[in-house]
Amino acid sequence: MRDILKPALLVGPLLLFLAAAYVVPFLGVLSWSFTLPEPGLHNYANALTDELILSVFLRTFRICLFVTVFAVIAAYAIALVWVRGTPAQRLAAEVCILIPFWISVLTRAFGWVALLSNRGLINTWLTQLGVISEPLTLVRNEFGVILGMTHFLVPFAVFPIASAMRSLDERVLLAARGMGASRARTFWQVFLPMTAPGVLGAAIIVFVFSLGFFITPAILGGGRSVMAAELIYLRIFQSPNWGLGAAISVLMMVVVGLLLGLLMRYARPKSMLS
Amino acid sequence: MYKPGPLALVLAAFVAIFLLLPLFAVVPVSFTPARFLTMPSGNWSLRHYQALVDNPAWLQATLLSVRIASLSATISTALALAFSLGLWMYRPWIASILIGFVLMPMVAPPVVSAITLYFFLTSLSRLNGLVGYDTTLGVALAHSVMIVPFAVVLIMVALAQVDRRIDLAARGFGAGVFQRIFKVIVPNIRFGLLTAFFLAFVLSWEEIGVTLFITSVNAVTLPRMMWMGLRDNIDPAIAAISVVLIVVVIAVILGKTAITAMAAKRQ
Repeated sequence: MRDILKPALLVGPLLLFLAAAYVVPFLGVLSWSFTLPEPGLHNYANALTDELILSVFLRTFRICLFVTVFAVIAAYAIALVWVRGTPAQRLAAEVCILIPFWISVLTRAFGWVALLSNRGLINTWLTQLGVISEPLTLVRNEFGVILGMTHFLVPFAVFPIASAMRSLDERVLLAARGMGASRARTFWQVFLPMTAPGVLGAAIIVFVFSLGFFITPAILGGGRSVMAAELIYLRIFQSPNWGLGAAISVLMMVVVGLLLGLLMRYARPKSMLS
Repeated sequence: MYKPGPLALVLAAFVAIFLLLPLFAVVPVSFTPARFLTMPSGNWSLRHYQALVDNPAWLQATLLSVRIASLSATISTALALAFSLGLWMYRPWIASILIGFVLMPMVAPPVVSAITLYFFLTSLSRLNGLVGYDTTLGVALAHSVMIVPFAVVLIMVALAQVDRRIDLAARGFGAGVFQRIFKVIVPNIRFGLLTAFFLAFVLSWEEIGVTLFITSVNAVTLPRMMWMGLRDNIDPAIAAISVVLIVVVIAVILGKTAITAMAAKRQ
């Protein structure tokens, strides 16, 4: 009995804290989804059949897919320079990755507004140069949302990819070159496949993060291209339907749980953390 | 394939520009003389920086954010330290399940955590007026939940690098649990502990997703205040405060990079 007392005193407080502040309230949210406004499964039936909600799900899925592809490609390019460039290139890449990483999501979304809005940097320049007469609509639409979210998620995609590139055995590349493979062939047939687990890990992380995102879409989408997470916010605070908001949250949690299961199985998260 | 080729370098340069451009776009906008968001045409003005100083709400929001961040970073680092020490010293067989459990708030979608914590704090509000929805302590508790997984990860990484034999030696010489923790293990992970506290502080300082759900008019943190100025008619004061925040981050990162580079040169 005494053997279990000391570890329990150390490990216990955090477990109790999270049980009280996170697990029990989540069960509460779960119960909302089945009981508000009246008991039954109608919230889930509603969420899975209502055309408006389904269109939001579809849009969320489409945006997340674009964001994942763009963020992973961008992250791969800059991670390559960060890991395998000359010392000066590495330093430059590192600074370019870390500065946006440490700047808050609000400031970064606002940066895109300042860049893309009607009187922003790009429209002002293009008008002064005489390229356009009317400002382009670059923000408050899906385009702005995709740009802003990709910008936010690139650093998160860089870390697993860079870690896969670092752990790659240099001798394999030497062998490929020694056997006469060109630089391009070495990249496509050796380097890229060997860093594939990092790419897959990065893709899943970016996709999962972007599913639950709502600050950037809310600011850059301007209420027009609502995503699932913003829909939850609206159902809780603006046109309240707590049961429906809770049901969408639960569905989102299930999807994320399945995706993370995939990550654990295929992308070896332990090797990515180190 | 030892060094990135020209194509990779060009692509990476575009990515670098993409990453930095929106941050620099904020600068000219913050000097606009106009009352709305626009590029300054000709005459630049400091009126929006003046507004930051003149409007006491900005200072109040900043101070509140510092208070909440200090409180939640302290709570979460302390809980994470005890938890990680328990796992490191006793290595329970369910360790990996416990780690998975405490990392939940980090991997769950932020909006799901937000609605969960909204439920938590509104339930607490029914019991008391001090800790609950839209209170300083309520926000600090909610932030602690969100940042504790990050503190756990950093402290576990730091512990993984400690040589177990020094702890064994201390034990062999008759040190109790208390002495082993505070005289042997904690001094050996002090940098990891400091990093965990720092990251926790920053994460709470800039937290907005959960904060939006659990505050309304009383506990207005700095990000919450920025959000209010960002939604409908964009207030150029947001540009001014953004420039200030960006300058701070760039200064810290460049300073740290310079110090590391100098330390590397000296060796």
